[in-house]
Amino acid sequence: MVKKRRLTLRTSHILWLAPLAFLSLFYFYPLGSILAASFARAKGGAAFQLLETLASPLVQHVVAFTFGQATLSTLLTLLLGLPGAYLLARFEFRGKSTFQALSGIPFVLPTLVVAAAFNALLGPRGWVNVALMGLFGFSEPPIHFVNTFTAILVAHVFYNTTIVFRIVGDFWSHLDPRLTQASQTLGANRFQTLMRVILPLLAPAIAAAALLVFIFDFTSFGVILVLGGPRFATLEVEIYTQAISLFNLPMAAALALLQLLFTLGLAVIYTRLSAGLARPLGLRPQRFTQRRLLSWRSRLIAALLVGLISAFLIVPLAALALRSFTQFQAGSRLASGIGAPSLVWTLDNYRELSINRRETIFYAPPSTAIAVSLGYALATVILGLALGLPASWALARDQNSTASRLLDPILMLPLGTSAVTLGLGFIIALDRPPLDLRASPVLVPLAHTLVAFPFVVRSLTPALRSIRPRLRQAAAVMGASPRQVLSTIDLPLVGRALLVAATFAFSISIGEFGATALIARPEYPTIPIAIFRYLGLPGAVNYGQAMALSTILMGVTAAGMLAIERFRIAELGEF
Amino acid sequence: MEIIDTSGLRLVDVHKSFGPLKAVAGISFQVSPGEVLALLGPSGCGKSTTLSIIAGLEQPDQGEVTWNGGSLANVPPHLRGFGLMFQDYALFPHMNVFDNIAYGLRMQGWSRDRLEQRVGEMLDLVGLPGFGSRDVNTLSGGEQQRVALARSLAPEPRLLMLDEPLGSLDRNLRERLVAELRQILKAMHQTTVYVTHDQEEAFALADRVAVMNAGHLEQLGAPQTIYTHPASTFVARFLGMTNLLVGEAHQGTVGSVVKTEIGDFPVEAHVLGRVTLLLRPDALRMDGTGSVHLTGELMGCSFRGSTCQATIAVNGFPLRFDFLASTPLPSPGERVQAYFEPSEALQVFLES
Repeated sequence: MVKKRRLTLRTSHILWLAPLAFLSLFYFYPLGSILAASFARAKGGAAFQLLETLASPLVQHVVAFTFGQATLSTLLTLLLGLPGAYLLARFEFRGKSTFQALSGIPFVLPTLVVAAAFNALLGPRGWVNVALMGLFGFSEPPIHFVNTFTAILVAHVFYNTTIVFRIVGDFWSHLDPRLTQASQTLGANRFQTLMRVILPLLAPAIAAAALLVFIFDFTSFGVILVLGGPRFATLEVEIYTQAISLFNLPMAAALALLQLLFTLGLAVIYTRLSAGLARPLGLRPQRFTQRRLLSWRSRLIAALLVGLISAFLIVPLAALALRSFTQFQAGSRLASGIGAPSLVWTLDNYRELSINRRETIFYAPPSTAIAVSLGYALATVILGLALGLPASWALARDQNSTASRLLDPILMLPLGTSAVTLGLGFIIALDRPPLDLRASPVLVPLAHTLVAFPFVVRSLTPALRSIRPRLRQAAAVMGASPRQVLSTIDLPLVGRALLVAATFAFSISIGEFGATALIARPEYPTIPIAIFRYLGLPGAVNYGQAMALSTILMGVTAAGMLAIERFRIAELGEF
Repeated sequence: MEIIDTSGLRLVDVHKSFGPLKAVAGISFQVSPGEVLALLGPSGCGKSTTLSIIAGLEQPDQGEVTWNGGSLANVPPHLRGFGLMFQDYALFPHMNVFDNIAYGLRMQGWSRDRLEQRVGEMLDLVGLPGFGSRDVNTLSGGEQQRVALARSLAPEPRLLMLDEPLGSLDRNLRERLVAELRQILKAMHQTTVYVTHDQEEAFALADRVAVMNAGHLEQLGAPQTIYTHPASTFVARFLGMTNLLVGEAHQGTVGSVVKTEIGDFPVEAHVLGRVTLLLRPDALRMDGTGSVHLTGELMGCSFRGSTCQATIAVNGFPLRFDFLASTPLPSPGERVQAYFEPSEALQVFLES
């Protein structure tokens, strides 16, 4: 017995080795470098220097704007999300599951796709402006949406409404409807019941959802950079600007330190709040809590709400896909400066992808970006599984051991660190000896693996835990060595979970923008980087390229997420 | 001229369907002031739906619910002045015991002093003095049940409804609470509708019992009446009377004679044709008295404390009978001969 225990411990230690080495080298070492860099501006009084930097008007302005836009975005998201959550929680209606699936799509899309989608709908070359110019003969696009504060807010609401649906809607749907009925029979009217029973009970769920939305809005990068334009900077954008445009790494490091502190604080509060969701509330299975919409009035309101939300979530994506198959007619105003603009259907935007135009400022055609992205994504899948599998296995086999309890949250840390901060850490730490990976093609996949790692572990661990020890024991009794047990029992059983984890790694890598924007080499752009560049350039051809690349990326990501939904074993999900 | 007493609660031909499912199919009954009525039936018989309709939580498709003669059709639940104690209690998990009980009083705008006094009285009444500041999530099942009862009684409802209030409690506790509950309800002269699937509970608690099946009333009457004269085979079976024999009734000398697989039996009623005959489980005598005898093989005996239930195969037909535990019975496998008096042991149901 004693012998066996020692053996188990040793196996676990070996399993932990690679994942922890990886995190040490590519997470803790870069973050430590940021810390060092932010204190390293002046010898003596370094802390004072840091405080002075952080107290500067620029930083104060950026922090205020970051908080302000996140607060406003969160409130608007709740405003749209709560009625929808109520509808999803309390009623059965036709098309409900489709609506739920649709509402989840924006959340998984890369930021650059979302930015491109709103550009295709409301940008100067988007459908709405082109149509208005054609109808009324405006000489300039009448709607200014891109590069406005409104664009930031709308994109954030677009992104995060589904969080409110999922967290509040799910909690609400399990809330015992008899609590409401009890309140009514005790003499409370609808409003009193809402204020005294429903809202107090939903409070932890609403707070958790709001905080999660706030965290996403707070660390928003791509949306602000592309849709907000140069006038707006959150902490994330400012880190990027300081590091890439101004080459002020110490300043970037100081801001990253601030960002780390904020996200850490928010993550701690969120963990506390979501623990509160486990309060005993007498939650009921959904079939007891949901009813059909009976009166015509309630059906009409529900239809309007579902229609409105669906339109809001679908129209920009449809606009993007359709816009990628159109170009301005040769000789129309935007092409030549004469007459109203008109669009014609064409595949030219896609054909153009493989043409290396001499006049572009890039070394490579967009097709290279596709190839680079695919290569990085495959590398991320391999790296992610190679590191995630041993970690998950170790977590699953001794889930109550001290090591597991200590290491589990550590594995999740990259999730709470902003992508731009990770990128900056790579720039600062991995640019010089002892670990000079500046020119190495593995730099980007390493960063992507770091971002994908928590998702890989969270997909694999429950599946590995679900394998009952009895099965392993049975195999061992019949003569299987530990390695044979792994290959004949564990691996076949976790096949689906492996597929899910691999798809997560692939989708995250192919859409990642924050970290990539800081570390990608100019001659090897990924798809999001290429979209970002094309959206920032004038000319109809560049715009068409951005649309085509975004549509491809949207298709790949959506397919990946559908595959995950399809293959994941419902009860085993931990998200 | 017919005078209809409309005081208390009245249901007239109430119907309610959920899609294709007819949950309540034409129910009528009345509960007089101060009366305790039990709605008894198996799960899915429509008793909880009936309660929801009375509370105003569901609208009937057809029919009427009145209180003291006035229709409740357009009165929302919170203005009916009825109390409802839910199955599993539905205590507000975010409030303590005091706030749960005070909820209905606050809705009526009671002053702080009166409210505190009333909640205190209620806690005393249900035997939980000093429990006001407790978290409801930490209470035991029995304590939660008492808090729920106090909460529904506190606003002095005109009608109290209880939906399987003792369902999730263990047997001992249930038996004690049934007795306490009846005492409380009668002492307060509380008009009550009590829903349960447990016949013992219904009989012990109610002045009258309404047996429901598949959305309609099978029988409505005093507990004793229902037990001694079940109105249908459903009621008999539901009360655990399983000795039901299909037979053919012919004209006899006094009443009719029913021909069954295990013999011919005289009954007082004048019936003809296919009938079902109930042989009451407690009617067999081993002391030789009784005008009809029955011979069979004793299959086995299961001990039930003060009684034992014997299975006797008559012509290969297993019948179940209850005897006092002290009754001398032969060993299993041996023949038994027992007697009964047809007038008290037999009841005939026309085949429907």
